[in-house]
Amino acid sequence: MERNIMMAGFGGQGVMTMGKLLAEATSEATDLAVTFFPSYGAAMRGGTANCFVVISDDEIGAPVSYSLEDLIVMNGPSLHAFIDNVKPGGNLFINSTIVTDPIERDDVTVVEAPVTQMAIDMGNERALNIIMLGVYVGFTEAVPEEVIIKGIEHKFEKKPKLIAPNVDAFKKGLEIGKAARK
Amino acid sequence: MADRVFMKGTEAIAEAATRAGCRFFAGYPITPQNEIPEYFARRMPEVGGTFVQGESEVASVNMLYGAASTGIRAMSSSSSCGISLYSEGVSYCASARIPMVYVNVQRGGPGIGAIQPAQQDYLQATKASGNGGFRMIVLAPSTVQECVDMTYEAFDLAFRDENPVLVLTDGVMGTMMEPVVLPPMKSDEELKELRDAYKHRAIIGHPLGQQAYCRPGSVGTGQEEVNKEAVKLYATWDKDVRVEEFMMEDAEIVFAAYGISARISRAVIKELRAQGIKAGMIRPITISPFPYETFKNLDFNRVKGILDVEMSIPAQMRWDLDYAIQGACPIKECLRSGGQLLTNDQVMKAAQELIKEVL
Repeated sequence: MERNIMMAGFGGQGVMTMGKLLAEATSEATDLAVTFFPSYGAAMRGGTANCFVVISDDEIGAPVSYSLEDLIVMNGPSLHAFIDNVKPGGNLFINSTIVTDPIERDDVTVVEAPVTQMAIDMGNERALNIIMLGVYVGFTEAVPEEVIIKGIEHKFEKKPKLIAPNVDAFKKGLEIGKAARK
Repeated sequence: MADRVFMKGTEAIAEAATRAGCRFFAGYPITPQNEIPEYFARRMPEVGGTFVQGESEVASVNMLYGAASTGIRAMSSSSSCGISLYSEGVSYCASARIPMVYVNVQRGGPGIGAIQPAQQDYLQATKASGNGGFRMIVLAPSTVQECVDMTYEAFDLAFRDENPVLVLTDGVMGTMMEPVVLPPMKSDEELKELRDAYKHRAIIGHPLGQQAYCRPGSVGTGQEEVNKEAVKLYATWDKDVRVEEFMMEDAEIVFAAYGISARISRAVIKELRAQGIKAGMIRPITISPFPYETFKNLDFNRVKGILDVEMSIPAQMRWDLDYAIQGACPIKECLRSGGQLLTNDQVMKAAQELIKEVL
């Protein structure tokens, strides 16, 4: 089974960090094949940023796919740019604080989470990406949740103060993701 | 898995080179390979090596020429249009038989080209990386793990042959991250031994009158001697041809692809097999020396068509395929360029068109 995941949003929303955390944690804690591929070129805060993660129990071909199992959109322009790349039956994860346009497809499962607002409410504005990763893992179970928690601990090894708030943010997201499964 | 490290292709190349004993790097920035010099800038001081950001590509390749001629393991990297500027220096190293290693993380072309990934430098890499008709072993990795393994080995090949070696990769492999297992770090003692074994050739301060072997060109009959010696070396490379045959036992449709295109083709071949189509792939791992025999010896009663998959327009490896099979079966091209990545769907569509035409 191969999952092709694309994450997209504004530069500064932590899209690359979200993808890299998912991929690196998967590489470290599982035997699965995994790739991370960032878009590159002229990038800036407020511009667009996107990346691809592929997770598979077999060798991975292209690290980039326009036929996605999962699409995570953190802003409006990304929704319009990439929604057609989701396979029928695929999943669409939306940052519903700022993505308010109607979804013009009825053959994908839409999971909404107001992650920008949640991060502000938690007093940790930058954690919107970690909350969204929680939503994603809670809903898809693409990897066990412990894999990401270990990944967060590893990522913030040198800034241990940041571990607890980020694990909290991840768990908040997990709850939403799990609830959406039902 | 404990010994897996999740690394970017470019950084994995730089770490592999360091572990292989590379102690000198000179280069000039260019996307998409900047993490290689960046990594070396940090890493070389840690191992007692030297990192130089040259004032240009021309300066960098000539520093590499100088460093490698002392018997130290030295390398450089650049991308496509930057590599063009290396031509003179690489040709001089080939003439002087200098064991230097360099990496081309390909982007678009010709000219300055798109900064996005491409495989647009095949002919340059395999046929004419500079003037004078010299040849090199050119390794073409298809995974980040192969980027590591081939960079590590490139130094051994360069020193064995006393000739430049090129690792030809692209912006996808350079930029993507994948789990790798890193090779062991060569110890200072090992490196000293390797350098001592090269003393007969190196310019390391010989006493006056005792000439070093290194020769940046010759006059009179010397030139022809240099050319003849080079040809003798190239003739030994039959043993170095490396090729992967994937699902080829009964294949009727044969994909020909190297590097990034090969890993995409592999996924498509598995899908085709699931549909009952007998597809397989021949993947040149060394694109120089090219595995002509593998293609030439195909059973053309069985093989009905070849799909040449390249991220280059026009097709370039096609020349080697045509030379190898001499029209024995149809060849169809599946190409993208200018930063447009081949996807599984595009390759699948091209494969299905070929199947319709020949099966």
